[in-house]
Amino acid sequence: MSIKTSIPKVDGMGLVLGKPAYTDDLAPRDALIVKVLRSPHAHAKITSIDVSSALAIPEIKCVLTHENVPDHVFSRAGQGFPEPSPYDARILNKTVRYIGDAVAVIAGATEKVVDLAMSKIKVSYEVLPAIIDFEEAMDHKVLIHANDETSSMFPIGHDAKRNLAAQYEMKIGDMGQTLDSCDVVIKERYFTQAQAHAMTEPHSAVAYYDFQDRLTIISATQTPFHVRRILAKNLNIPLSTIRVIKPRIGGGYGGKQAIHGEFFVALVTQMTKRPAKLIYTRKEVFTASYTRHQMRIDITLGAMNDGTLKAIDVDILSNTGAYGEHALTVLMVAGSKTLPLYNHVDAVGFRGDVVYTNLTPAGAFRGYGAIQGNFALESIMDELADKLKLDPIELRRKNMIHEGETSKIFEVMGEGTEGTAMTVESCKLEECLDSVLTTLDWQKKYPRTQVDEHTVRGVGLALAMQGSGIPYIDMASAILKLNDDGFFNLLIGATDLGTGSDTILSQIAAETLGVPDDKIIVYSSDTDLTPFDTGAYASSTTYISGHSVRIAAERMREAIVEKANRFFKVTDAQFDGENITAADTVISLKEFATTLYYSQQQEQLVAHGSYVGTKSPPPYMVGACEVEVDKRTGRIKVLEYHGAVDCGTPINPNLARIQVEGALLQGIGMTLYEEVNYLENGSVFNNSFMRYKVPTRMDVGPMHVSFEESYEPSGPYGAKSVGEIGIDTPPAAIANAIFNATGVRIRSLPITSESLWNALNQK
Amino acid sequence: MEVTLIINGDRFSFSATPDEILLDTLRKLGYKSVKRGCDSTSCGVCQILVDGKLVPSCGFLTVRANHKLITTIEGVQEQVREIANYITAEGVEQCGFCSPGHMMSLIALFKEIEHPTMEQVKHYLAGNMCRCSGYEGQHRALANYLEVNNR
Repeated sequence: MSIKTSIPKVDGMGLVLGKPAYTDDLAPRDALIVKVLRSPHAHAKITSIDVSSALAIPEIKCVLTHENVPDHVFSRAGQGFPEPSPYDARILNKTVRYIGDAVAVIAGATEKVVDLAMSKIKVSYEVLPAIIDFEEAMDHKVLIHANDETSSMFPIGHDAKRNLAAQYEMKIGDMGQTLDSCDVVIKERYFTQAQAHAMTEPHSAVAYYDFQDRLTIISATQTPFHVRRILAKNLNIPLSTIRVIKPRIGGGYGGKQAIHGEFFVALVTQMTKRPAKLIYTRKEVFTASYTRHQMRIDITLGAMNDGTLKAIDVDILSNTGAYGEHALTVLMVAGSKTLPLYNHVDAVGFRGDVVYTNLTPAGAFRGYGAIQGNFALESIMDELADKLKLDPIELRRKNMIHEGETSKIFEVMGEGTEGTAMTVESCKLEECLDSVLTTLDWQKKYPRTQVDEHTVRGVGLALAMQGSGIPYIDMASAILKLNDDGFFNLLIGATDLGTGSDTILSQIAAETLGVPDDKIIVYSSDTDLTPFDTGAYASSTTYISGHSVRIAAERMREAIVEKANRFFKVTDAQFDGENITAADTVISLKEFATTLYYSQQQEQLVAHGSYVGTKSPPPYMVGACEVEVDKRTGRIKVLEYHGAVDCGTPINPNLARIQVEGALLQGIGMTLYEEVNYLENGSVFNNSFMRYKVPTRMDVGPMHVSFEESYEPSGPYGAKSVGEIGIDTPPAAIANAIFNATGVRIRSLPITSESLWNALNQK
Repeated sequence: MEVTLIINGDRFSFSATPDEILLDTLRKLGYKSVKRGCDSTSCGVCQILVDGKLVPSCGFLTVRANHKLITTIEGVQEQVREIANYITAEGVEQCGFCSPGHMMSLIALFKEIEHPTMEQVKHYLAGNMCRCSGYEGQHRALANYLEVNNR
């Protein structure tokens, strides 16, 4: 049996041994080096650009500017089609909108000569006033996308004349009347910051013409099929002339969902007919790729004295930076993946504005709005408990969602569009809660323990939910091929980013076929060779792509039996994964397949499956921690973190656990250490790993992750997603623990020693 | 200037510019296990051994390596495989981009400290950033490895 076994990743040993597997490893040796000249101004118009001295250098093969590239307005977001992000970007633009925006692209034989050429490009700018503070952006007199023919494919609230990338509003019930009827109404404001993905492999793209003149792109991307679609459309070439290969990727976390360098290398190769590669520097990753959307979240709760929650109202201001990628959908997820947690309320309100600023664009990032919304909701739940003098656990138990229930939110809010009504058929929130309370020894530690005069410890907790793919949008397909000798190739469009999805999908195929794991040889993510898949995002791979593999494998079983029936002229042949039994004959699959291809009834057996989700069952989680605060300095230490997760059936328990542990650390990083710091002019101050603080192994105490297994009827073998859920709980759990330890409530992330010290000393 | 590098036992003599970085040289020569992560010696993914000592190759000039013994993971495959079995058994290599640097740290660690404690292991690996795993699983794997190999 393959399901629920922790087999090693199929690609693991090769990666650990350092085999060439990533984009830059696979680039042709003679690839031109491509670099990007980036804007030193947060907002400016290019009045002239002189590239003649650069082009005069013999080793320089081409220079791209807004004058010689296709002039289309599009979105780099890398989402499904029609795209829910505004069309507001150009390959290269006459107007630059943040420090780091692309001005020119230079390709040459060596890095040195490209650097030299870059220094010789003369650009004159008309510097425009810039908007750095996102709270001032809406209806500002400066317009960031003033005359740029921006548009959206369907109504997303886009209004460039107000600096609005997107806007959304929904209401359920009568908010005013419900709040009036409540014993207690509390309203608070929370801030979350821009966080950097900080994946270890920088954004990388390679282009070349193969021997048949097909434009081949190797790219560290989460969405090869979207890359192909967006490239073809905006380069004005047929989709059929492009091949996108996704090799191994050194981490993505949402940051590689978008188009980054692909246009530039493709254009260089088009113009020069030579291979080209663009590997971002770490500084470029920080300043010119993506951040998490910074948010200001106003949240109001209405409740009765006994703790019955009656109303939740949320109003968000989100900062999308210079371009509106994922603007609407991240905003909506802040509500759609948090509000159903408390599904018994009479009234829910959710609205938000996503504004443009002259900063590095925001984009997809693990948690995708849910982590921002969760910080506000799960913090204010503790604030409400405090106000009502109730136990925060009891308050949650009284109001939280349970198996068999539903929430109107599922129906009203999707990602970019309306949602899909859904009953929660698997939800072990109660069990998750009990589990972390026991393992953390909550009763003994709540709310605080005084260690010594200055040192105090506190415990805190948060619930969370996420989703599993986007219903009716995320689609995946798989092809299985039986080979002579009785092993199979599994071809999938699904994009393994290091999560282990190639392995998990192989396990699903092996389980369905009843064959050992090593009989499945997987090949993923090549737009020429593998079937379509929308890509690795929205926690979709196990759930959506897993189903497509299951379907393909079921059909393969049927095909084997059908062929065996014809072969042995029977009607009841059986296939048990190893042997085929027909009447009195037993023949191994190995022998059968070999005979089938070489000598008799010669026909290749191939099966395919494709799947689109009709619901998005949430995984659930409870995260709880104990923190220690030194009141003299504000130093905060996470002593231990406990997470209990309901992701349905963990297909590969080890890989599921690592997903949660890794996500927890990213969440702890966001809570305590990480922030993209902008200087007054809009440049990123901490644009290196020297200055941007990602937690190391010395920074946090032990983590304890456990699974409260459920069976999701709509999932492959009962599985739900697990990729994102782990990141959601740390901000609120840690903030709640700090409050329980010190009595001080921090509502702005990151919670640094400095911010806590200031708050402690303002008391 | 003319330099001679001895990489995993193979000798290479060539002309290097004074500002050439060892990371670039190694990748150019085909040692693709040496990854580029940060350009500021702060992530550990480009770590190799020079004369047996662990160094981040993005902060090491090629000319400084003249006549020195350089070891990349390509040169210690069997030794690494032994540790890697524990890492992959835990499923903790995830994207794998940091793994070769991580492994080179371990090779150096086990050379320097015969029977390290987990505390020593964590301290030694502090400069090896991993953004995927959360480290907890790495430590489980290494604790298992030590349990068998420290006996």
